[in-house]
Amino acid sequence: MLVRILVSLKPGVLDPQGRAVHHALEGLGYSGVRNVRIGRMIELDVDDDTDDDTIKQMCERLLANTVIESYRIERVQS
Amino acid sequence: MTFRAAVITFPGSNCDRDMAEALRIVSGQEPLRIWHGDADLPDGLDFIALPGGFSYGDYLRSGAMAANSPIMRAIVSAADRGVPVFGVCNGFQVLTEAGLLPGALMRNARQNFICRDVELTVTNNQSLFTARYDAEQLISIPVAHHDGNYFADDETLDKLEGEGRVAFRYSEDYNGSQRQIAGVLNAAGNVLGMMPHPERAIEQAHGGTDGRALFESLIGELVSA
Repeated sequence: MLVRILVSLKPGVLDPQGRAVHHALEGLGYSGVRNVRIGRMIELDVDDDTDDDTIKQMCERLLANTVIESYRIERVQS
Repeated sequence: MTFRAAVITFPGSNCDRDMAEALRIVSGQEPLRIWHGDADLPDGLDFIALPGGFSYGDYLRSGAMAANSPIMRAIVSAADRGVPVFGVCNGFQVLTEAGLLPGALMRNARQNFICRDVELTVTNNQSLFTARYDAEQLISIPVAHHDGNYFADDETLDKLEGEGRVAFRYSEDYNGSQRQIAGVLNAAGNVLGMMPHPERAIEQAHGGTDGRALFESLIGELVSA
């Protein structure tokens, strides 16, 4: 089973990289962009019987730093 | 006097030798060198140092992989027993990732790698690590980092300040750190993490010796204790 973990900076945590990319998009003439936040996507291929709790633990213990990041779990195939 | 210090080396550490050299110069004794894959620390350690560098190539997040190295379990348990633990630069990142210190080190606010001397204020000169500095002393220490932007929520920052756990502050905003925090202590005062490199300011040939008092504080306090 494929699971995607989307990790992004929590709201309120300044994302300088996102801000720089925002400026670059404006420089290219795209004026309608309100905000840019950059995160990372981690794809896990796990055993089909892996439960939500186990995946959540993986996120909390390693994949995301919950001091600054939040995460979302998406099951791609079941 | 005996001073039994250990310097941990992770794959990608590159300031471990500088740290060992600083400890040797100031204490007169050769520190032990410990590989991250070891599960146990030698008995009777007086001090553990986590050096700077780019452990595991900064994969995932700076310090995140090293924080899960086999040796870290032993270091967390040593820190809980009161053994002084000191993390510099990547070592600081590892200590936050391992949960021994609060907060996180994010990419510098201006996205740049900063390699220069910075001016710091010694905000707490009552700790094991800073007792040989004067209160509010200004010191010059080199930094070399990309991810030194200290972040914690306001509640944590208020608590750190209220409990005197901000050890060093940048005199100006170099990297975007909240409240210009350059180094923090844990609640018990035996764990210090800082982004600047005091081990690179030990001898005149380094361009300055302001880092020396940190090692003298530590060694002095431990030996007289």
